[in-house]
Formats: sequence, C-alpha cells, structure tokens
Amino acid sequence: MAGPSIDALGQFRLSTGLGPLGAAVNFTNSNEAMLASAAIIVVLFVLGLRSRAIVPGRLQALIELLYEFVRNMCVDTIGEEGLRFFPLVFTLFSFILLGNLLGLFPYFFAFTSHIAVTLSLALFVFVFSTGVGFYTHGFRFFKFFVPEGVPVWLLPLLVPIEIISYLSRPVSLSVRLFANMTAGHVMWEVFAGFMLLLTASFGILGAFASVVPLGLNVALVALELLVAGLQAYVFAILTCLYLHDAVHMH
Amino acid sequence: MIRRTAFALVLSMVPAAAMAEGTMPQMDFQNPLTTAQLLWMVVILVVLYFTLSRWGLPQIGSVLERREKQIANDLAAAHTAKAEADRAVAELNATMKQAREKAQADIAKAEADAKAKAFADAKVLNDKLDAQLEYSEKQIAEARATALAAIKPVAADVATTLITRLTGKIPDQAVLAPEIEAAFLARKVA
Repeated sequence: MAGPSIDALGQFRLSTGLGPLGAAVNFTNSNEAMLASAAIIVVLFVLGLRSRAIVPGRLQALIELLYEFVRNMCVDTIGEEGLRFFPLVFTLFSFILLGNLLGLFPYFFAFTSHIAVTLSLALFVFVFSTGVGFYTHGFRFFKFFVPEGVPVWLLPLLVPIEIISYLSRPVSLSVRLFANMTAGHVMWEVFAGFMLLLTASFGILGAFASVVPLGLNVALVALELLVAGLQAYVFAILTCLYLHDAVHMH
Repeated sequence: MIRRTAFALVLSMVPAAAMAEGTMPQMDFQNPLTTAQLLWMVVILVVLYFTLSRWGLPQIGSVLERREKQIANDLAAAHTAKAEADRAVAELNATMKQAREKAQADIAKAEADAKAKAFADAKVLNDKLDAQLEYSEKQIAEARATALAAIKPVAADVATTLITRLTGKIPDQAVLAPEIEAAFLARKVA
C-alpha cells in the first residue's frame, strides 16, 4: 500500500528556515517568504529609482504605477486625509500582494494562507483604525454605532448589530484572505496528487487520464493569479474603508 | 487504492473538508513556530514600513512631482510662446492693414491731385479760350460797327444820286436822312 498519497496540507507545515541560525531564533519558512517579498519590494524600488527619468523605464513605470494605484485608492476612499495612511496601506498591499504571488510558485511558502498571519494583519488594521477613530473624534466615536435617522425604539436592536458587525471586521478580513489562498493551494495540491494517484492506480491509462487534472491545474494558475491580486486589493481597499469610517464616521 | 482515489476526488471537490480534518498546520497553535513567525513578520513589516515611508515612497513622490512640475512648466512655456506668436501675427496683420490703408490713401490722394491738376489746367485753358473768344467777338463787333458807319454816307449818296437822276432835282437832305435811318432800323442793322 506504499503508493503516492495526497498530502494537501503538508505545504502549509511550518518549519525553520535559514539553516541552523534561523532554527536558533525560530525563523520559519513562512518568514523566509515574507523576507523575500519585502526584499523584492525594496529591490524593485532600488532598481526603479535608479534613473529617476522624466520618461520612466519599465521598472520605474511599474513602481510608479503601484504608487499611484495605492495613492489614488487611499485618496478616493479615505479622502485627502488618506495620504497620512498611504505608506501604511502601501506596505500592507505590496506585502500581501508579493506574498500571494510568491506563494503561487512551486516550493514557495504562501504565508498569506496562514490564519495566524492574516488574523494578525487584520487585527492590526482593526486596532489601528479604531485607534484612529478615537484619536480623531474622542468618545464621540461611539456615535459610529448609532445609525442616524433611525427611530429610537429601533436603537436597542440596531446598536448591538452595528457593534457585532464592527467587531466581525477583523474576522471577515482575515478569513477572506486566508480561505482564498488556502483553498487555491489545496486544490492545486489535490489535483497534482491526483495525477500521481491515477498513474499509480491505472498505469499507462492513468497517465493519459491525468491530463485532465493537469489541465485543471493550468486553468487554476490563471484563477489563482487573479485571486492573488484581487485579495491583496480587497485587503487594502477594506483597510482604506475602515480608515475612512474612522476618519469620517459615516 | 481505488478507495483512496475516490477519497481524493471527494477531497478535491470540497476543500473545506480538507480543512475540517483538524490536522491543518494553520490551526496548530501548539506549534511554537506558528507564533514565532508572527514575531518575525512584525520585524520584517516594521523594517519594510520604515524603508518605504522614509525612503521609497517619498522618492517616487518627488520623481512624480518633478515630472508634473516639468510638464506644467513646459505647458506654461508653450502657452507663452503661443501668446507671443499670436501677438506677432496680430502685429503683422495690423502692419499689413496699416500699409494697405496707407497705400490706398496714397492712391486716392494721387488720383485727387491728378484730377485737381487736370481741372486747373482745363480751367486755365478755358479762360484763355474765353478771353480769345471775347477779344475776337469784340473785334468782329468793331469791324461791323466800322462797316455800318461807313455804309450810312454811301447810302445817303446813293439815294441822293438816284433821286436826282429820277426826278431831276436835288432832294432835301433834311427829309432824306430820317428816311434812310428808318430803312436801316427796319433791316435791324443800325
């Protein structure tokens, strides 16, 4: 019975990275991917900023595009005050985007498929935006949970709903990213393992039949590429929306 | 083997089932690495945040700002150049218009001058002709008066001679003279 088996979840298993030194300080393989993402972003900036041309080259155009994309997202969603949060949103967006994209490569660890990671990021966004809300409005920020123009007798019902929906923000924010990435990677692994199983079970016939899961995986690459970009965008735009609520209270 | 294949098939249809197994590494919070990765993530993110917010993003911002400024400057320069060109064209048009007007005025003046000169010349000539005409008329009138004055004694002589031959006696001059004068008057030559 010692044949190939599908270990769809093994890809998410944490181990230590960067050799014995990393093992000594519990530097994990997911941190390797994070470091690689951050390094790629910084290297992109270094290379893109080399010429500082009036007419940009490819790399310069790439980072300028990223810059203006996130900047417009901040300004459009939060307003002019959003420029204060632009570096933060840019850091989160580029970090998650690179993490998602790097995770698509074989043997690369997709750190955004770890709920601990996404929940930490989401909790940070939640705590930060709530802090901004109280910093900007003081205790008047509690009025955020009291919807305007609603009959008073409805308030005992609506205020708890508002509070619950507010508190569920970090959950939805983190689970959305985590579930999307995990599901995609699990499906990939399952289809790929299925090819091995087919070949092991049905021999040459199975090898031919495994063209079907291979084709599915190829299609999945396109889908996952979309998901990687989209989920990073969703995370960033929701961060902007929460900050908008904190700054404007409506 | 086939049963396992079927299981994998079910698993592939429902990824959620794979997660519900309880062996998900993501849910293994007993593993110290699960929390350790967060610590390192914070370190990496903080470094990335400060690198981007202090260096990367302001640099790109300055590049974009410089480009915007240059484009604005170039546009302004182009606007200035266009305004200057427009002014030059307007000046050229005005000069041309002025020159045309001046030329027309010159032509009109020359025409008027020529007309006036011709008119004056004609007047001088007319005057001269008129003077000559008057002089000639006067001379004719004088000649005629002389002739008329000379014809009266001749007529008296002829009438005296005729009457003397016809009647044989010399007519009384006092009677004859008014008769001759009347005949002259009747012929309107006196």
